[in-house]
Amino acid sequence: MVKQLSVFIENRPGRLYKITQLLSQHNIDLVMLSIADTKEFGILRIITSDIEKSFRVLKEAGYTVSITEMIGVEVPDRPGGLAEVLAVFDRCGISIEYLYSFARTSDKIAIILFRVEDSQSALEKLMEAKVKLTDRVL
Amino acid sequence: MPAVLDLFPCEPPPYNNARGYIEMIYNKAVECMPRKKMQELQLERLKRIVSYAYDNVPFYRRKLDEVKLRPEHIKTLDDIRLIPYTVKEEMRANYPYDLLAVPLKKIVRIHASSGTTGKPVIAGYTRADFEIWSESVARIIVAAGGREDDIVQISFGYGLFTGALGLHQGWERIGATVVPVSSGNTERQVMILKDLKVTALVSTPSYAMHIAETAERLGVKKEGLCLRLGLFGSEASTPEMHRALAEKLGVFPTENYGLTEIIGPGVSGECEEKAGMHIAEDYFYPEIMDAENNAPKPEGEYGELILTTLTKEGMPILRYRTKDITSITYEPCKCGRTSARMSRIKGRTDDMLKIRGVNVFPSQIESVILGMKEVGNHYEIHVQRKGYLDYLEIYVEVVDAGLLTNYARLEALREKVRGAIRTVLNLDVKVRLCEPNTLKRFEGKAKRVVDERNL
Repeated sequence: MVKQLSVFIENRPGRLYKITQLLSQHNIDLVMLSIADTKEFGILRIITSDIEKSFRVLKEAGYTVSITEMIGVEVPDRPGGLAEVLAVFDRCGISIEYLYSFARTSDKIAIILFRVEDSQSALEKLMEAKVKLTDRVL
Repeated sequence: MPAVLDLFPCEPPPYNNARGYIEMIYNKAVECMPRKKMQELQLERLKRIVSYAYDNVPFYRRKLDEVKLRPEHIKTLDDIRLIPYTVKEEMRANYPYDLLAVPLKKIVRIHASSGTTGKPVIAGYTRADFEIWSESVARIIVAAGGREDDIVQISFGYGLFTGALGLHQGWERIGATVVPVSSGNTERQVMILKDLKVTALVSTPSYAMHIAETAERLGVKKEGLCLRLGLFGSEASTPEMHRALAEKLGVFPTENYGLTEIIGPGVSGECEEKAGMHIAEDYFYPEIMDAENNAPKPEGEYGELILTTLTKEGMPILRYRTKDITSITYEPCKCGRTSARMSRIKGRTDDMLKIRGVNVFPSQIESVILGMKEVGNHYEIHVQRKGYLDYLEIYVEVVDAGLLTNYARLEALREKVRGAIRTVLNLDVKVRLCEPNTLKRFEGKAKRVVDERNL
């Protein structure tokens, strides 16, 4: 599984900048960053080169932050690649809260991170169905 | 074996909270005086102070002459209502020295109110006033559980403000060890609390909260402190605030009340029963009035607190309109004291907000916010106007990281805060979720209301 940080963030000028600046000051590399459109506030989701350290740094700076576990799936980068994986989700009755994906062009694969309600049981089901799981995103 | 001592940063205290000590009353003769005797004493002093003010303060001579009142017309305590009120604007108009009843050479110290607009209110004290002041504060301290072996950190700002030096003198009077830290530099406050093994903290409740948060951030746990008492004053607080402070700092919290115009702290304070603040009635005569109609409120009903100094030599004040809203009971307290007790200040006549016809006191909103674990203890109340209607937007800090699993839970929190406030105020408000540590922290009196109406 892949660990991700969730940070409460207000939708005000400069807030996102402050967080990225803080991480860079501690020499932490951002691997992934996502924020859905929100009005006044939102949840910033990030994956970094050092999750535990990032958690500590953000917490000490006073942010409300938590660590979330995501299921990482490796999908072949071709038509139907994702559909095959989602078919397994569907068959096993795993409902997805949110997901995001990125392509690793050099390997011709895409990495998809899934957030589901019960990660542990979902993981077991996916393993059983021989879905290719990964815990590295780079 | 020094290694063993290191495990116990301070000697295990012989008590866990204020109650562990033998009940003590600083001035039993006065604080437990039968009601009838107290009233006789008050009447005698009232007659004397009215003629003293009439003879020595031109302002009061004019004021009484205007209503054709002579000091000898005061024959009963109820006759006090014949005297016109004194209001803050009059005290400002007599800035700086025109309310003094004695020549300046008899004044040994000057204090001033924290006036945010215009000139401050000046208070002059004679030696005799100092005696009264220290005595009244000492009574409050002992009632709150303070003893001579306490080490007291005074985290009020020292200076013209009466809070710091007032409490300082009272603690010195009972023989405690006083650490006059003053306010500010909160990390240093935490260091001193810990290193000096401080047992009692004196501050505003909001600053105490800030100190507690800073201690938390620095990794200083309450178990590593020797704190047992918190004496909070200079701004009103709620039971929820006290509970939070007790939990975070490990203190037995009490509230005390006073104002520069009358003397400073020392007017009243809670005892270990926490059943209202005992008033030093032999020095300060309290009335609860519907001030607009000059009608006294029955015992137990809320109204504006009116205070008369019965013994003040430097600057006697007759029937001062405090603008503070409270109620009084004359029932003897379980602690043994018979002095009148005033309830927590519900609000001030001038910080009461009127929002679409609903009376709103910031303290009501505070009690909702402090009762919720998901949000922090700091908040702001923004008053906005759209067209001809006023709206409130309440800013709170999200501290529960457990809500970050999805956006809907944050929305649900917002609804929860809204709903709880609606239940208390019967008013719809907007709620804004903010990041922790972004709302303003206060070292002195907290100003939670932000008026954006440009009235």
